[in-house]
Amino acid sequence: MRVTAAIAVNVFRESVRDKVLYNLVLFALLLTAASYLIGQLTAGQDVKIIKDLGLSATSFFGLFIAIFIGIGLVSKEVERRSIYSLLAKPIRREQLILGKYGGLTLTLAVNVSVMAAAIYVVLAYMAWATPPNLRATWDAPALDPRLLEAVLLVFVELMLVTAVALFFSTFSSPLLSAAFTLAFYVVGHFSADLRNFQQVVDSPAAARVARGLYWVLPNLAQFDIKADVVHGVHVPAGYVAIAIGYATVYIAMLLAIAMLVFSRRDFK
Amino acid sequence: MNGRAALAATLIAVALLVGSAAELQALRERVYPPPEETEASIYIRSGDAVRHLSGAYTALAADLYWIRTIQYYGGGARKNAQDDANTSFIPAPPAAIAALPDAFPLLYPMLDITTTLDPRFNIAYRFGAVFLAEPYPRGAGRPDLAIRLLEKGLAQRPDKWEYMEDIGFVHYWFVHDFREAARWFEKAAGTPGAPNWLRPLAATTLAQGGDRRSSRAMWEAIRQSAEVDWLRQSADRRLAQLQALDIIDVLQRRVDEYIARTGETPDWNALVHARSLPGVPLDPAGAPYELTRDGRVRLSRQSPLWPPPEEPTGAGRPGA
Repeated sequence: MRVTAAIAVNVFRESVRDKVLYNLVLFALLLTAASYLIGQLTAGQDVKIIKDLGLSATSFFGLFIAIFIGIGLVSKEVERRSIYSLLAKPIRREQLILGKYGGLTLTLAVNVSVMAAAIYVVLAYMAWATPPNLRATWDAPALDPRLLEAVLLVFVELMLVTAVALFFSTFSSPLLSAAFTLAFYVVGHFSADLRNFQQVVDSPAAARVARGLYWVLPNLAQFDIKADVVHGVHVPAGYVAIAIGYATVYIAMLLAIAMLVFSRRDFK
Repeated sequence: MNGRAALAATLIAVALLVGSAAELQALRERVYPPPEETEASIYIRSGDAVRHLSGAYTALAADLYWIRTIQYYGGGARKNAQDDANTSFIPAPPAAIAALPDAFPLLYPMLDITTTLDPRFNIAYRFGAVFLAEPYPRGAGRPDLAIRLLEKGLAQRPDKWEYMEDIGFVHYWFVHDFREAARWFEKAAGTPGAPNWLRPLAATTLAQGGDRRSSRAMWEAIRQSAEVDWLRQSADRRLAQLQALDIIDVLQRRVDEYIARTGETPDWNALVHARSLPGVPLDPAGAPYELTRDGRVRLSRQSPLWPPPEEPTGAGRPGA
């Protein structure tokens, strides 16, 4: 466990050294500029749009980090040949995979937390600058704690995407891993279409294949509750718990396969 | 060259290069003027298709379409108003210009996409309906589409009495179907959480629909329930227009009296000299009223209150 934690901390430090967290500055600039410009453009929908923009940017920036760092977690070590010195140490290959995953998850957690805090700061300013009669017309209060539910599920989705990227990283090149992970992400948001495929094709076999893919491929659409929380729609805790449970099981499955593939890989 | 000097030289070079690029761009635009602003267009008209393409970012896509709708409507309304003010006056009743076929052709598709991407986008339904229903030059002159948009919102949120009130308002003000307006106000009044002024409004509409007093009552009600400044300002403008019409009635009586007395059609100065008026009359927005050669008093085309509301003839009034 200590070994895994040490690897995770190292991955986090490396991402800090690689200036990955600089994206936070970009995020802060985006939100600040948007909060000014949107007021001129949107006819009274500033808070809704800032929430939409903040949550979408959190998801989008996180997705880039999860994919483009996730795909290099293992393959970079192989390319740089630093994998030999790593494996020569008393580290099990499974610990290396878990540590790498934990490290990137930690990076994402810091990233998502800071972004969530930045969203709340901008929203607090907007609430302060808005007269009470206008505030009363908002679907949900500016500093609605329910936004955290959406942030949590964005983070859980990013954890799942990271696991997909790491899984491909254990046996494929960075370019292919990026393509596969992105494809998984896109398909994961089309899962409802796979489920209802029989409505658009006549072939029962094709419909069965699509239905099979629906159950096997990760369903990422369930993690998207951004629109609901922005409008103040109650998302039951049970829904969030089941979505987290689904992600946990799926991540465990992906990491198990990644560890199996990596432990059998020959680096000679 | 030391580090600081190199930095300064680089910064100066960058500034010069950026300035040169801007200058070259300006030169190209002078020598080869860019084409005039082209007609707005939307490549994908299906909200469902855009929803699929936007994946996990549908709400953000809805926001972008909403911003585009505002720009499209705002830019178009301003241009139409300018064109309208610049044209020489052709006495046409508002009904004749209310439904220009090409007024804001993309407005409904944009609003449809916005509300498909985010079915709970409250303001898109409420503002959108006003944009669609308002006659030219301030809107598309399509109350049918306004009602369709609000009914779409109602299908998503059957508890929204505001959408029912808005449908009633469109029937009242733009379709002049007071029976239908009263039915929607009544329906809205029966929705949990609806304000208690809706039921009297329904009764007034049914009994006196179309007269200026009931119009004023309706706009006062809308003003009270307005969720954002824009709707409140719109109600204020309508109330000012109704006040302007009241003043026109008074002025018209003075003009008619003068003509009856002297047999001549006066101008404002003649009326002031005759002490019929203390000065050139101004409408509630501060623009002088116009007095035509045939002795009719009307709002100036330069007035922010132009065009005046089309006063219902009572055609749709119950019992009419």
